[in-house]
Amino acid sequence: MHLSAHPHPSPRHPRLDPLADRYAARTHGMKTSEIRALFSVVSRPEVVSLAGGMPAVTALPLDAVGSMIGELVSGMGAQTLQYGSGQGDPRLRERICDVMALEGITDAAPSEVVVTVGSQQGLDLVTRVFCDPGDVILAEGPSYVGALGVFQSSEARVRHVAMDDDGLIPEALEQALLECRANGDRVKFLYTVPNFHNPAGVTLTEERRDAIIAIADRYDLLVIEDNPYGLLGFDHEPMRALRARNSERVIYLGSFSKTFSPGLRVGWVLAPLAVREKLVLATEAQVLCPPSLTQYAVARYLDTQPWREQIKLFTELYRERRDATLESLEALMPRGTTWTRPDGGFYVWLKLPHGLDAKLMQPRAVGAHVAYVPGIGFYADGSGREYMRLSYCYPEPDQIREGVRRLARVIEAELDLHSTFDTVDTGRFRAVGPMGSTPRTPDVEPFVGPANSDRFEDRRS
Amino acid sequence: MSESTAAPAPAPGTEPHPLRAVVLAGGLTFEREVSLSSGTQVVEELTRAGLDAEVRDADAELLPGLTAAPADAVFIALHGATGEDGALRAVLDLAGVPYVGSPAAACRLAWDKPAAKSVVRSAGVTTPDWVALPHSTFRELGAGAVLDLIVARLGLPLMVKPASGGSALGAQKISRVEDLPAAMVSCFAYGDTVLVERFVDGVELALSVIDLGNGPEALPAVEITPASGVFDYTSRYTPGLTEYHVPARVDAGVAERAAELAVRVHEVLGLADLSRTDAIVSPEGEVHFLEVNVSPGLTETSMLPMAIEAAGYEIGDVLARLLANRVGTTR
Repeated sequence: MHLSAHPHPSPRHPRLDPLADRYAARTHGMKTSEIRALFSVVSRPEVVSLAGGMPAVTALPLDAVGSMIGELVSGMGAQTLQYGSGQGDPRLRERICDVMALEGITDAAPSEVVVTVGSQQGLDLVTRVFCDPGDVILAEGPSYVGALGVFQSSEARVRHVAMDDDGLIPEALEQALLECRANGDRVKFLYTVPNFHNPAGVTLTEERRDAIIAIADRYDLLVIEDNPYGLLGFDHEPMRALRARNSERVIYLGSFSKTFSPGLRVGWVLAPLAVREKLVLATEAQVLCPPSLTQYAVARYLDTQPWREQIKLFTELYRERRDATLESLEALMPRGTTWTRPDGGFYVWLKLPHGLDAKLMQPRAVGAHVAYVPGIGFYADGSGREYMRLSYCYPEPDQIREGVRRLARVIEAELDLHSTFDTVDTGRFRAVGPMGSTPRTPDVEPFVGPANSDRFEDRRS
Repeated sequence: MSESTAAPAPAPGTEPHPLRAVVLAGGLTFEREVSLSSGTQVVEELTRAGLDAEVRDADAELLPGLTAAPADAVFIALHGATGEDGALRAVLDLAGVPYVGSPAAACRLAWDKPAAKSVVRSAGVTTPDWVALPHSTFRELGAGAVLDLIVARLGLPLMVKPASGGSALGAQKISRVEDLPAAMVSCFAYGDTVLVERFVDGVELALSVIDLGNGPEALPAVEITPASGVFDYTSRYTPGLTEYHVPARVDAGVAERAAELAVRVHEVLGLADLSRTDAIVSPEGEVHFLEVNVSPGLTETSMLPMAIEAAGYEIGDVLARLLANRVGTTR
């Protein structure tokens, strides 16, 4: 082979994306980010990942599920491999009503259920149906990262509402509504994850559930209840859903991703009939119909497999991992570190000692072979830098202990670094420093949107 | 370690069986994602050029895999430590596996940015003034006093970056003295030594050098114009956020001096086969060396492929030639 150079006669101006000027404004947040890059090492076995929220699907009876799906194709291929109804398979919708009854929703009719491609699509549909650009969505601070992405793509503005160990704070919700009213903002709904919150790990108490429904009535507020984890409690029976307390003001999102399989992508929306009509039209425009095969698979699983016992098995497994996480944190974390104590679900929300920044610390953590999700991704306003989400759902208990051990060392090293630099008085710099200048503090607007782009891609129902 | 050539390699495409290339990509570094992207591109290009190429991670499976199915040569598309600091190359040398690129010792030197700057400055190449310090120095002597000295000596603005590593991870331009302590905290998360450099404003150039067997050849300079004004990680790897001009819009004299600088750096650091020097042209037309990369990015948004194309070469042909030249060589 002879290699000869034939230089181009004129300068070229490769911008690498000739369509760069044509994208919609709402895509401007879709950029490569350092956080995403750092997460690429998570796939290596040397790294203990406390980052991803992946359910422990290998605890399923995989042979039985495999046989079941095989039979659905060989015996019912004419239906399972065909298009289906936009609203979803009627048999599955009946079984979904049975599942919701476990959380006190006993008045739901299959006709009010719309099957979706995971509850992520359900949330997207609801947001499309209700939100115009500039509308305000109230959401817990922190909030589920995938929901913030949906709200961003709809160009809605997110206003975070404070939460504590008992979940969303009703007084903070009321205050937010009053302020929105005073500002003339159009609040379209409250988005909330009441059970074993992602990422905070906390659960909304009985009293607060009633208080929030009362506020919704008083302020004519629509509530989107996102409940993928409700059946995964460790210590008590499932709590009554918000939807069980009010069928007119609450739209309920459910999912089989945590109780069966996220790979099947089957979720649902339970909504009043008028809303349901719009959701069906919207889903038909989006995906025509949810996948037939996976809907049949879920329905058959619920019909033929001991799914309640399987959920119990899942919760026992997750409880053991939660315990390993909390015990390790208690034993190893430096002073000043605090965290939530979930009694179900997948997540612990950890607050770093004063001054530390989970995003800036991430390279050190990657270097130490431990991964977490920086808290900033769970806020639409750039706050949350001192927080991180730890997931205990996927790693084995021994891996969790090792991961927490590594994380503790990372935090200690970061504290050492901060002790060197945090006390520097730059006002004393002789050479160039403007005398008497004070560090700039970012102005945090109560409303922001679209959301920031440094968002780790999450796994979701 | 001296280099020997067992037998002249046949040109790609003329051998009875296609050359078998293993492309190393991934690794356990901050730049894993970039490396995987580079590796995929290299495999596509080599396959297009008629080679039998596959991508492999640098993990515990690598050496057994190379023993079980030996490669005619390895192409290292690993970015960050191990791939660029010479360690992996030293292991390949031990194993007698030929590879494209610079030898281990040269990589160790280039990987250490302050050391590389010292060497090229000694060779007469212009590079911005700098200081490189570990965290312990700040801790022991007092960060305020040390930063005070740095600002007094180097002035503002400053570039703060990890002393090793690429893709601009951890790098920041600091214009205000009060932002300096936070920048140090951020940078030390990437490594134990920070390089603080006098910032030179000007035209940013990527200067690629390849050696196809006839000595190092500077390719047309790529001028980098990020829309945000800062060529950070996001600007580098998001298509559309940066404009590239190839050849760079600099006058002929500057282009010539930039090419000479890139070849000089390649030679004085003992680099081989390919390298990419990052440089800045000041408004006075002076070309300043910033750093050199022994495993340049080969992603869809990387500058080496642009330079190769601008020189009139096919990327696949160049990569295949570099690989063929290494078949049968040991170091």
